[in-house]
Amino acid sequence: MDLQLIPDGGLGWLEASGPLAHIVLSTRIRLARNVTSAVFTGRASADERRAVLDAVDAAWSACPSARGGMRILLDDLDATEREVLHERHLVSKELMASAGARPGRSAAAVYLAGSLGAMVNEEDHLRLQTLQSGFALQGAYAALERLDAELGAALPFAFHHEFGYLTACPTNAGTGLRASVLIHLPGLVLTKEISKVLQGLAQVGLTFRGLYGEGSEVVGNFFQLSNQTTLGKSEEELLDHLGKIVRQVVSYEEQARQVLRRDAPTIIEDKVWRAYGLLRHARSLSFEEAMNLLSGVRLGVGLKLIPGLSVYTLNKLLIFAQPAHLAALEARSPNDPELRATRASYVRRVLDEEAAARP
Amino acid sequence: MQCENCREREAVIHLTQIVDNTVTTMHLCEPCAAEKGVETGSSVAKFPLGDFLASLGKSGGSEPTEAGLDTPCRACGATLRDFRQSGRLGCAECYASFESHLRDLLRRLHGSTRHLGEGYAAGGVRAEAPTLTPREPALDDLREALRRAVETENFELAAELRDRIRVLEQAWTSS
Repeated sequence: MDLQLIPDGGLGWLEASGPLAHIVLSTRIRLARNVTSAVFTGRASADERRAVLDAVDAAWSACPSARGGMRILLDDLDATEREVLHERHLVSKELMASAGARPGRSAAAVYLAGSLGAMVNEEDHLRLQTLQSGFALQGAYAALERLDAELGAALPFAFHHEFGYLTACPTNAGTGLRASVLIHLPGLVLTKEISKVLQGLAQVGLTFRGLYGEGSEVVGNFFQLSNQTTLGKSEEELLDHLGKIVRQVVSYEEQARQVLRRDAPTIIEDKVWRAYGLLRHARSLSFEEAMNLLSGVRLGVGLKLIPGLSVYTLNKLLIFAQPAHLAALEARSPNDPELRATRASYVRRVLDEEAAARP
Repeated sequence: MQCENCREREAVIHLTQIVDNTVTTMHLCEPCAAEKGVETGSSVAKFPLGDFLASLGKSGGSEPTEAGLDTPCRACGATLRDFRQSGRLGCAECYASFESHLRDLLRRLHGSTRHLGEGYAAGGVRAEAPTLTPREPALDDLREALRRAVETENFELAAELRDRIRVLEQAWTSS
């Protein structure tokens, strides 16, 4: 399967056109849904998973929101290709693992249409999702809600009068809604305010994760903030609450950056330019190092210290310098140590091109 | 890469610390990392969500009995014990089968059990209760649970199980 066929690679959000895109990279919302009269994926046989996929297929192709979209069957992909989709945040770790554990028989799939998508046979039968540039909770939900209504009219979703949408894990029951905002907080990390902020999040019912969601490490000062609970509040309340807190965190981050600029201008400028210099000239870069340096450069762009470097380019590097992306490019394994050299040369090339285009 | 501490095992934990503006990275194997008090991803992963959910469900007044843990969902045959182990329910009907236990759990997880979000009606009409076809294993599980209930002299549960088994057996013979 040629992943190049995905319209804009499923990476429309990279353009960095959304609000606050220099601090908030992307907004993602997902809705967990299950089809009634079918056992949940974890307990389903290969035939039962296949039946769910067939039912979704029929429903999806009739959805106006899904027009022009496409379907990718994970069973048709090799491990590196699945990993590429995961690195693009189009496929969850769980879905990738499910396909890996049941070779050829997982019936795991992802549907894509513009910024909308749906994972099939994840922990829940359906995980409707959208990924948008910048801080865009309302717009993201409006688009997803339409898809949800269209699919829900065609497929009978499991819904309980008291508990709401029923999900395989009770932590997702009710609205089934998880909204998360991928946010870059180098200022708070450098001023050591971050732990206070993260502790505060737990107190207001939010949670944070690393770049790749559940169970992933924080790299490059990127945090995913999301709602913890899904039941007992309306979708609107959940989004409003998250939105309010994210705006607050963004303003803390901006304050922290101002403090750094005022109190330690040389240290900050040096840090930013060192990061840029290393990225422009290094001959070997591990993924973690690249992420940390990109974080420094992104801070520099945010503080307008590095002129002419676009957030789009930084977003692009964030995605394409990941192990599976480079591995797919070079037809190697994502664990191949040689990829460090490939990464360094890719990063150099992109930054050189950007510098050459500068007036 | 070798572990910097024991120089024997493969380093799998890469610990980056910032102390007084100096960044240091240590490369450690899992045992050495654990010794240094680093919480590793694998130790987190080994902590099963099911146990966590189960512990949340405890002390809620509706703690299921040993036999109750093995009472299968009437639709898919999954038990509360399965749920404790995997952290995942078997089907939508499990919410009805284990209603009191789950209501407690939902309250603990979300602080509420009442869905206040958008309503849903399948295909524009009120959604019907899921109609799952009972499967053979469910019956076996029920018989096993009945045997245990009798053994532990939990006769109230045994009577309920006996009735359910009868209904299921009739459903099969008549279909």
